[in-house]
Amino acid sequence: MLDIEGMSARYGEATALDGASLTVGAGEVVTLVGRNGAGKTTLLRCVMGLHRPAAGRVALEGRDITAAPAHRRARLGLGYVPDDRGIYAGLSVEENLTLPPVAAGSAWPLARVYETFPVLAARRRFPGGRLSGGEQQMLALARVLRAGARVLLCDEPTEGLAPVTVRQIGDILRGAKEHGVAVLLVEQNLRFATTVADRHYLLAQGRVVEALDNRDVKQREDELLAHLGL
Amino acid sequence: MTSFLQQLFNGLVSGSFYALLALGLAVIFGMLRVVNFAHGALYMLGAFGAVVLGDDAGLGFWWALLLVPAALAVAGMAMERLLVQRLTALDPLYNFLLTFGIALVCQDLLRMKYGSHSRPYDRAPFGGTVDLGLFDYPRYQVFVLAVSVVVCVAVWLLLTRTRIGTVVRASTERPELTRAFGIDTRRWVTPVFGFGVALAGLAGVLAAPMRAVNSDMGADLIITVFAVVVIGGLGSVFGSVVAGFAIGMIQALGNLYVPVLSQTSVYLLMAVVLLVRPAGLFGKEEHA
Repeated sequence: MLDIEGMSARYGEATALDGASLTVGAGEVVTLVGRNGAGKTTLLRCVMGLHRPAAGRVALEGRDITAAPAHRRARLGLGYVPDDRGIYAGLSVEENLTLPPVAAGSAWPLARVYETFPVLAARRRFPGGRLSGGEQQMLALARVLRAGARVLLCDEPTEGLAPVTVRQIGDILRGAKEHGVAVLLVEQNLRFATTVADRHYLLAQGRVVEALDNRDVKQREDELLAHLGL
Repeated sequence: MTSFLQQLFNGLVSGSFYALLALGLAVIFGMLRVVNFAHGALYMLGAFGAVVLGDDAGLGFWWALLLVPAALAVAGMAMERLLVQRLTALDPLYNFLLTFGIALVCQDLLRMKYGSHSRPYDRAPFGGTVDLGLFDYPRYQVFVLAVSVVVCVAVWLLLTRTRIGTVVRASTERPELTRAFGIDTRRWVTPVFGFGVALAGLAGVLAAPMRAVNSDMGADLIITVFAVVVIGGLGSVFGSVVAGFAIGMIQALGNLYVPVLSQTSVYLLMAVVLLVRPAGLFGKEEHA
């Protein structure tokens, strides 16, 4: 579904990504783990078209999108959930939800969004800036699902949220996966990662240094946490 | 009491111009992150447009009110496409210099052709006065106030109730993120710029019958308008309109009670606002 090959990126002189390659299949949840500065966010930004990579290739369903501008990628089915959740403070919840044009046939009708996220239905006229962190994260996920994204790029969606909200986000991601959505998830919470993901990539210094499955992660949890500095 | 109210009304009328100009600056800044220093010159071109249409083509005020903003919108879009757009990726200072240069070129061209004396405009509709209860007021100026209020409300509705408005507000708040949501923000930039310029042109046409029409009229006014925009909050549409009317009234009351401060009051207020709320009264701190 999503193929990333030899992705390199720089910020000025600093190398953020150094030839990272990975793939995410349809209906698969894959996490990117790595310590701060390993290049996780940069990788998502390069895939989304918000940062111009120095080298490398991105393909969506076999189609090369390396040169496509961000808005084209979104319309081709990439859904971005940035690390700050990307909620427009000045737009209402409903405006936030309906801002992205519908990309594909798998888009959720608004009624289904509100059924799945009753909290958003109750707050549909609220400005996005007045939602709690958890509500904003729900909104960020609901927004890309409504647009019909077939690949979700989620940057630390559980960071700083209460356990009950984290569980809800897990449910949402598993639900998306069942519908064939591919999810590339940046996640520091390894316990959470193993409950939603099929595979994991360990990123260090801009490179994929290891591919792990859930059993590996559980067995080597202490070692990995030490590596992540958590 | 009557003179107080009358002065307040004078303030609302000059505030009408501030609001229209600040509104145009705000939508342009919001969408492009460009401070359009040519805005005052475009206002001046609007007023000249009305005079020239009248003198050379014999077209009356209503034609001018329709044609001049439309023509300036086209000119503004061309200016954005051909010049401003080339510099948006660079430091904002480049567009600052570009638009400032355009303003100077416009002013000098007009001065070369028409000299620096003021041109009379006598095609104003609504002669005479209207009885406002406590005092009589020039009918045309009541019309100016009404047009300004209607236009500001219409723009507000456009921004808050329509799809285009949502896209413009989203691009204003988070330009990069908005692209990641499938919206080609560049497509909207040119029309928004043209729209902001048309508002300046509209203000210019409205000014022609009641202000001295000369090549410097915009330069004199725009400095106050920039103070208005800073006080209201750079990029805040609501803030610019509210601050526009408020500052018109403050200036007018200053004239009445503290004549020495009437010109400086705006800048004093701006300094205070910047100290207390650096992003302006209705502005938001920029995202890092």
